[in-house]
Amino acid sequence: MIDTAPAPTPQARPHSGQSEQPPQQRVLRRFLRNRGAIMGLVLVATLVLLALLAPWLAPHNPNQQHRGQRLAPPSAEFPLGTDNLSRDLLSRLLYGARLSLGATLLATVVIVLIGVLVGALAGYMGGLVDSVLMRIVDTLLAFPGLLLALAIVGMLGPGLTNAIIAVVLVGWADYARIVRGVVLSTREQPYIEAAVALGVRPPAIVLRHVLPNALGPIIVLASLEMGALILTLAGLSFIGLGAQPPTAEWGAMLDQGRAFFQRAPQLMLYPGLLITLAVLGFNLLGDGLRDALDPTRGE
Amino acid sequence: MTQSAVRSTQSDMTNYFLRRLLALIPVLFGISLLAFVISMLAPGDPAGALYQQLYGEQPRDAETLERFRQELGLNDPAPLRYLRWLGGVAQGNLGASFRSGQPVLHELTSNAPPTLLLALGGLAVSVALAFPLGVLSALRPNGGFDLLARLFSLLGAAMPSFWLAYLLILLFAVRLRWLPVAGLGTWQHLVLPCLTLGLAGAATLSRLIRSSLLEVLGQDYVRTARAKGLREGLVVLRHALRNALLPVVTVLGNRFAALLAGAVIIETIFAWPGLGKLILDAIAFRDYPLIQGFVLFTGLVFVLVNLAVDLLYRVIDPRIRL
Repeated sequence: MIDTAPAPTPQARPHSGQSEQPPQQRVLRRFLRNRGAIMGLVLVATLVLLALLAPWLAPHNPNQQHRGQRLAPPSAEFPLGTDNLSRDLLSRLLYGARLSLGATLLATVVIVLIGVLVGALAGYMGGLVDSVLMRIVDTLLAFPGLLLALAIVGMLGPGLTNAIIAVVLVGWADYARIVRGVVLSTREQPYIEAAVALGVRPPAIVLRHVLPNALGPIIVLASLEMGALILTLAGLSFIGLGAQPPTAEWGAMLDQGRAFFQRAPQLMLYPGLLITLAVLGFNLLGDGLRDALDPTRGE
Repeated sequence: MTQSAVRSTQSDMTNYFLRRLLALIPVLFGISLLAFVISMLAPGDPAGALYQQLYGEQPRDAETLERFRQELGLNDPAPLRYLRWLGGVAQGNLGASFRSGQPVLHELTSNAPPTLLLALGGLAVSVALAFPLGVLSALRPNGGFDLLARLFSLLGAAMPSFWLAYLLILLFAVRLRWLPVAGLGTWQHLVLPCLTLGLAGAATLSRLIRSSLLEVLGQDYVRTARAKGLREGLVVLRHALRNALLPVVTVLGNRFAALLAGAVIIETIFAWPGLGKLILDAIAFRDYPLIQGFVLFTGLVFVLVNLAVDLLYRVIDPRIRL
């Protein structure tokens, strides 16, 4: 069942020093020539910048309630109007970017670390360790991540931290499989044999000579998966299992806007639009990186 | 094809089927282990809740609770508890829901059909949309229509489905008043949730159909068909599309799984009484047996759906011998 999934990443290949041009330059040139990739990069960079600068850009405290300004229309003081609790919508959206993007980034970092560790262990040790770890990976991949994450948060209890724990527990399997594949395919390379013969210790070999080959596929997968992670975390918050009110998080803001969506559709319009733009940005970026890093694709 | 060739094809198929069934065993084992381990994530002591459910009152003192734990074997080591639980599961006993007291298996099977209906409807919508989009895009790659279709698929994949649902409600139910907002009853109630699910599904599916068709259109036999003077429409529909479909079928299982998962969230928006409502209620009530059963049940469903799709693939592509 796993082999039916469309492979989102290029085949990992060991470095080959045949071309005249340094590979990094070739990758960069191919990336810069891709209009979609540039658009993705600009989108992501803009949103990250907005998130970082939120305290300076936001006109108000995101949780401050302004008396008598309930569901106020846009004005000079409240550029996008206010929400049902008289809070400035723009400020909440800006601070929401911090939480939504920050939680996704944190989850991704932990997921990649676990995935690399498990994958390298499985590929390097082989035998029983490999079999057991890969059965765990198969099991996790047999599930749709969202439902498993839902059940895990359900057991742990609602909250953004628990939601992050849940997506981490569910999300590392893909990375482990890729890293294991890279380790297995590079293990027999002559330069690894040379390193072994020179007496380099196994952890150093894996870290310095094997894992760099996995860097491309990992970066591609991570940027493609970040879009999916944003959607999952926002979805969990939307059904009340992630960030809790009054936290300004895009998914939670959508949930809070539900009851007013006929009278004040903007409460749902803006957070949804930002989620869409963020996911779009990461998807375009991931596609662009994949095309640029895949040596089999023609220029 | 000779008589013996036909027979050997059939026995190949049976062999393959048996091998796939055998390969399922470790995955099913893993899913059961996962469901069991997940239940251990719950904070606090489930014995109190269980006592409450069985006797309708809190245990009088710590001693009563401790005796209760002993009786139920809750103090036994985890592997022993897992085996005992698995023994019950093998006989269809997933325990009783804390909330309703009903058997978990009954709760799950009686709530599954509405969710399956939504997912199937979503699948139908996405296939119906993805085909024309994918085929028309492939006819003129990078043409005007292809660019529009690409934009559609990029947006469809990036939009949160639960947000799209509200946009559709706002348009079709509130502004235009064509369709009911939520609930279950007539076929009209199915339209918005299925459209929500189907639009997101069509986004990825249409690009896949496009690239698969483009690949096939570059092959020799298609050139032969064109060289014979066949009209382009006929070449695509009669010759290319059939082969282009094969890779598409392999992802349908994944798409269906994704739709089923999506349906769980979409249900809450449209007040659709299915698995999504069941699991969210269970989470709100800390109904651990039900959450555990949900993991086991959905895991089983996904594994079986993927098996079915794999077999279907073998049946429709006679070239594959394994």
